[in-house]
Amino acid sequence: MTPLLEMRAITKTFPGVKALDRVSLSVREGEIHALVGENGAGKSTLMKVLSGVYPAGSYDGDILYDGRPIAFAGIADSEAKGIIIIHQELALVPLLSIAENLFLGNERAKGGIIDWRDTFRRTEDLLKKVGLSETPATLVDSLGVGKQQLVEIAKALSKDVRLLILDEPTAALSEADSQALLDLLLDLKAHGVTSIIISHKLNEVRRVADTVTVIRDGTTVSTMDARTEDITEARIVRDMVGRDMAHRYPERDRRAGEVILDLRDWNVWHPEHAGRQVIKSANLTVRKGEVVGIAGLMGSGRTELAMSLFGRSYGRNISGEVAIHGRTVDVSTVPKAIAAGLAYVTEDRKSLGLILDETIQRNITLTNLPAVSSNGVITEARETQVAEKYRAAMNIRTPSVFQKVMNLSGGNQQKVVLSKWLFAGPEVLILDEPTRGIDVGAKFEIYGIINGLSAEGKGVIMISSEMPELLGMCDRIYVMNEGALVGELTAAEASQERIMSLIVTD
Amino acid sequence: MDLADRGDGTTAGGIGRYLLSHLREYGLLFALIAIMVFFQIVTEGTLLKPVNITNLFLQNSYIIIMALGMLVVIVSGNIDLSVGSVMGFVGALAAVMIVEWGWPVALTIPACLVVGIVIGAAQGYWVAYWKIPSFIVTLAGMLVFRGLSLWLLEGQSVGPFPKSFQLLSTGFVPDIFGIGKPNGTALAAGALAVAAIVWMGLKARARNRQYGIEDEPAAFFVTRNLIVAGALLFVTYKLSTFRGLPNVLISMAVLTIVYAFLTENTTLGRRIYALGGNEKAAKLSGIKTERLTFLAFVNMGMLAALAGLIFAARLNTATPKAGFAVELDVIAAVFIGGASMSGGVGKIVGAVVGAFIMGVMNNGMSIMGIGIDYQQVIKGLVLLAAVFFDVYNKHKQA
Repeated sequence: MTPLLEMRAITKTFPGVKALDRVSLSVREGEIHALVGENGAGKSTLMKVLSGVYPAGSYDGDILYDGRPIAFAGIADSEAKGIIIIHQELALVPLLSIAENLFLGNERAKGGIIDWRDTFRRTEDLLKKVGLSETPATLVDSLGVGKQQLVEIAKALSKDVRLLILDEPTAALSEADSQALLDLLLDLKAHGVTSIIISHKLNEVRRVADTVTVIRDGTTVSTMDARTEDITEARIVRDMVGRDMAHRYPERDRRAGEVILDLRDWNVWHPEHAGRQVIKSANLTVRKGEVVGIAGLMGSGRTELAMSLFGRSYGRNISGEVAIHGRTVDVSTVPKAIAAGLAYVTEDRKSLGLILDETIQRNITLTNLPAVSSNGVITEARETQVAEKYRAAMNIRTPSVFQKVMNLSGGNQQKVVLSKWLFAGPEVLILDEPTRGIDVGAKFEIYGIINGLSAEGKGVIMISSEMPELLGMCDRIYVMNEGALVGELTAAEASQERIMSLIVTD
Repeated sequence: MDLADRGDGTTAGGIGRYLLSHLREYGLLFALIAIMVFFQIVTEGTLLKPVNITNLFLQNSYIIIMALGMLVVIVSGNIDLSVGSVMGFVGALAAVMIVEWGWPVALTIPACLVVGIVIGAAQGYWVAYWKIPSFIVTLAGMLVFRGLSLWLLEGQSVGPFPKSFQLLSTGFVPDIFGIGKPNGTALAAGALAVAAIVWMGLKARARNRQYGIEDEPAAFFVTRNLIVAGALLFVTYKLSTFRGLPNVLISMAVLTIVYAFLTENTTLGRRIYALGGNEKAAKLSGIKTERLTFLAFVNMGMLAALAGLIFAARLNTATPKAGFAVELDVIAAVFIGGASMSGGVGKIVGAVVGAFIMGVMNNGMSIMGIGIDYQQVIKGLVLLAAVFFDVYNKHKQA
């Protein structure tokens, strides 16, 4: 039997990074196919290639659908073939009703005038199919994430879906909502809909998947068939993480001194949803010269913890105590947090870390302008000296410090962000995904810089979704799940399996 | 294929490449010159007659003064639609204070500036601390202050002003050398300005060389300075053969230098560019973004008040129509001068040149006797062309 979908030797490169390297994927009609792998392995990229987000021509390789080669120029083409992708970030318009959202761009209309009767009738049918008991006129805004997910699936059904792709559909859902969603997938399968599901939750994968494909570092590692073999979580985890870790991380003298940062009973509530607690009584310490990791899935609250700590840049009703060198400090605004000795290197360097339209020099000095000025007047010569110093120390590859950061590669941009925060003279640096989206060579350099910070006696908190990186770099690793620090492992105790099991069994 | 590699090319590149990467700055200067030459020809020499040059400055002073504040507001990522109304309101207030209440000029001027500051603070408060879009807040302000001027003047014109108040706008700096004609002060000021510009340019070049910064090719530097120096000497000479330097020109020049310095050389200015370039990143870098936004509006209010005083002094009366639709000219000047709607980009000098481009066009077209209808159409198209030029350039570079 020819498979419904066959992707052959798909290769996709971004400037400086090879995201997919000859990946293959074969999906049979009527099955649920799970795609698993670490963050950054290339799962989402592969699905974007499939759905036409990255149009034909921007990648190499062939896609066969129903045995025929296809080349999509955009999402509209793939949707016309019944391939529908539901992204991790839901794409619903919050202030429109369920019915309006379901038929957005596909309105039930005659001559441009919407037939509301037909729209509502069809909406009711679709909602019944996905088991959602809401009226079609309900605003999407008033639904929880779980129900919104169901609306997305109903929307896919309204387009006569044949192949449904779900990117981490249960990441933001509660246990009960997750179960309901998985039951729905099984129900759709019984009605002949084929699904590809990207998930980190291996128990769920085991529950629904007929076939599991593991992707690692942009290549297909293995494909397992649940009907012919027993797929254990241990086996999936091994395939997901199993790589040679020798020499990927520079050596460091591990010598932790006295406690610098002590965070006690830290609680944070969601800025918009009043009842949702995002960080649940977190306790954390960082010692002098120590690199402390925070592991966890996307959405587990790592970034929220860091940003709430850094001048309450996230959340509200924040409570808890922060001490630096044993003295309680006020970190309620960003300037106060900086003055207390904190620095936060954001995971989103383009929209939160840098001013892309400005020069390297101006980005670096921004955190500490008084140091390059007298009486509020900037001495440009001093500023250039500072920028040149960091250019040399960080090995920022650029023709001059007057280059706009927009023109730098990801790795060099990240070095500018690090320079900027070192110039602020912090005691503790929080690095949020410091190597995201940069190539292997630049990663190694960033690791070297982190080791240098530790040698200087700074405390480093490293948030990362790449577990090998945490294991290779950190002295201690906290594991975070659903807003709580659920475990703490020393470098000796930690392994990817232990971290993963702390997350998935929680 | 790293994008940074492309940067290497610019350092090694020739004059053509340099020109391409700085097209906007030179383009603006050449556009102003081209427009002046054009009108000089079609008005058969009227444009650059001493009396008309004097008029050009007097007519456009209030636009230029407000463009300085507007540039700061736009660089910070906001807009102020209320400046025309605020200007009219303050002019009306000054008239009522002096003519009806008999306040002395020396008290009226500071009082009016304080009123401008308070108006700016009132609008900036909503924008900065309540995050209400500046478009909405200042649209409201535009209506409110238009209404308040009408109420204050009861629909009538109020005037005339005493001589001392008129000097704000129509006074001239006396000849300190006692030559009379040509006016020695004007000539000396022109020569001094040229010397200062050349000296600062040379200093900047020396510094650039020291730090290995990509530098303007020598031929460009010389040509550009020759043109600027020639233009300055020409204008000051022409002015000296009429009545010398208008007071308003001095205030304008001083304010332009002060604001250029503030925006380019101080931490305050740097932070405003950072705020407009990326508000979230600026905030996470420890910059008090709300306070800066607030201050940008306070400053705008003060300059709008100053413009209102100068405008009233020039007309020697306050009318309910004063300042009507002036905000559009001010905003257009700033955008023609190269500022970006999304904030973070723009220079004081650009805004001033932009204002002059608008001013010369207004003046030239009026001399030619082109109707106000066509004038508006042409000005609108020039604005669109200037911004299109920006977008096109950016597109090509990306």
